[in-house]
Amino acid sequence: MNREKSSLARSRFALLSNAYYIFQKDLQLEFRTRYAVNAIFMFAITTLTAVSFSIGPARLKSMVLAPLLWIVLFFSAMSGLAHIFVREEEQQTADTLRLVTRPSTVFLGKWFFNLVLLFSLELVIVPLYVVMMNFSVANVGAFLLLLFLGSIGLASVATVIAAIISQAGTRGALFAVLSFPISLPILISAIHGTRLTIDGALFSDCLSDLQVLFSFSVVIITISLMLFDFIWRK
Amino acid sequence: MWKIKATNITQKFNNRLIFRDISFELNSGESLVITGPNGSGKTTLVRIICQLLKPTAGTVRFYHQDRPLAPEQLYPVIGLVGPYLQLYNSLTALENYKFFARIRGLPVDIRYFRQLMDRLGLKGRELDELRTYSSGMLQRVKYVMALIHQPVVLILDEPTSNLDEKGTEIVYEIMEEQKKEKILILATNEPGEIQFGEKQIRVA
Repeated sequence: MNREKSSLARSRFALLSNAYYIFQKDLQLEFRTRYAVNAIFMFAITTLTAVSFSIGPARLKSMVLAPLLWIVLFFSAMSGLAHIFVREEEQQTADTLRLVTRPSTVFLGKWFFNLVLLFSLELVIVPLYVVMMNFSVANVGAFLLLLFLGSIGLASVATVIAAIISQAGTRGALFAVLSFPISLPILISAIHGTRLTIDGALFSDCLSDLQVLFSFSVVIITISLMLFDFIWRK
Repeated sequence: MWKIKATNITQKFNNRLIFRDISFELNSGESLVITGPNGSGKTTLVRIICQLLKPTAGTVRFYHQDRPLAPEQLYPVIGLVGPYLQLYNSLTALENYKFFARIRGLPVDIRYFRQLMDRLGLKGRELDELRTYSSGMLQRVKYVMALIHQPVVLILDEPTSNLDEKGTEIVYEIMEEQKKEKILILATNEPGEIQFGEKQIRVA
């Protein structure tokens, strides 16, 4: 019994430490090539600038501000997050990875990398959005929580879809097409919740949106971990 | 005692039959050569043996002391070198070594790494990014990464491609050592390499 427990603990530790090594390797590669970072940040800044110029000095209501923010975040994320698996397939390192570690560690490592990338994007885009779009949030705490949970959901969807499309021929087009319908519950709840936080709603008013984001992320991560074995192995 | 047992492996892509009913058994101290014309499915068979590809029919099982091994138990057992298996070109040889050693659960032993690099004729290139390597040097560094965990089963697909005379000699030494007590599988058509296999399969 004790031996089983210690073997389970060792296996979990190996899973997490290997996921960390994959994350660390991807971070190191991204610092060298800057492929995903450049794609995401250039797309985000270009879109934000275009939207800001087209609106001009007009002061927008929360009904427009909230969806615009999430549209910029969603499409910027979609422009670069697929790269995490596409790079492994294109550079023929995916099989090397398949030979050395379990599929679930690969998923966790890649998911964490995408999450960190998305958080970094938000660190830049949200302050810029505040300045360029006269965006102000009355309930900052709830907004930050929405942003956090929304990012976890988006990163999870993006990671598993990236793994699927990396096996296909028409990768670029497929990624946004497949990710959008699956991300829809995240976008609807995040946009609705963000609108409430701009209008100064209480934390309890945003609770249902937060619950949807949390539950959706848990479901997507669980399903991804269960299915990833079939996606990853050919 | 280690054993690989392949039973009636058949592979089809769409409706095209690549090969049918390939069976073999290999024990520690034995070696196998897979030969056949271009496009006959040598690489496909290698990928099936390494569990990188599921065959249309048939099985490949690995045994240790007559106990079958689960797929996740094979990571420390197999070492593969093949033209379709690449390393991370934007990382240095040392960074690649550190990544593969850690993910395999091995201690990062720089001295051992330097010994392997030295043996493969890559001394002094440890801190260079792999994209600065020539194709022959890349083939050599693939051997370094495939040997870091001292695999029981070493599988080499086109073992000497891109290698010069000296590199070929080093690889022959590695193959000779491997087949003494462990298992060696080669996919090749080179006459000089076919002699390394005690058993032979011809896919056609």
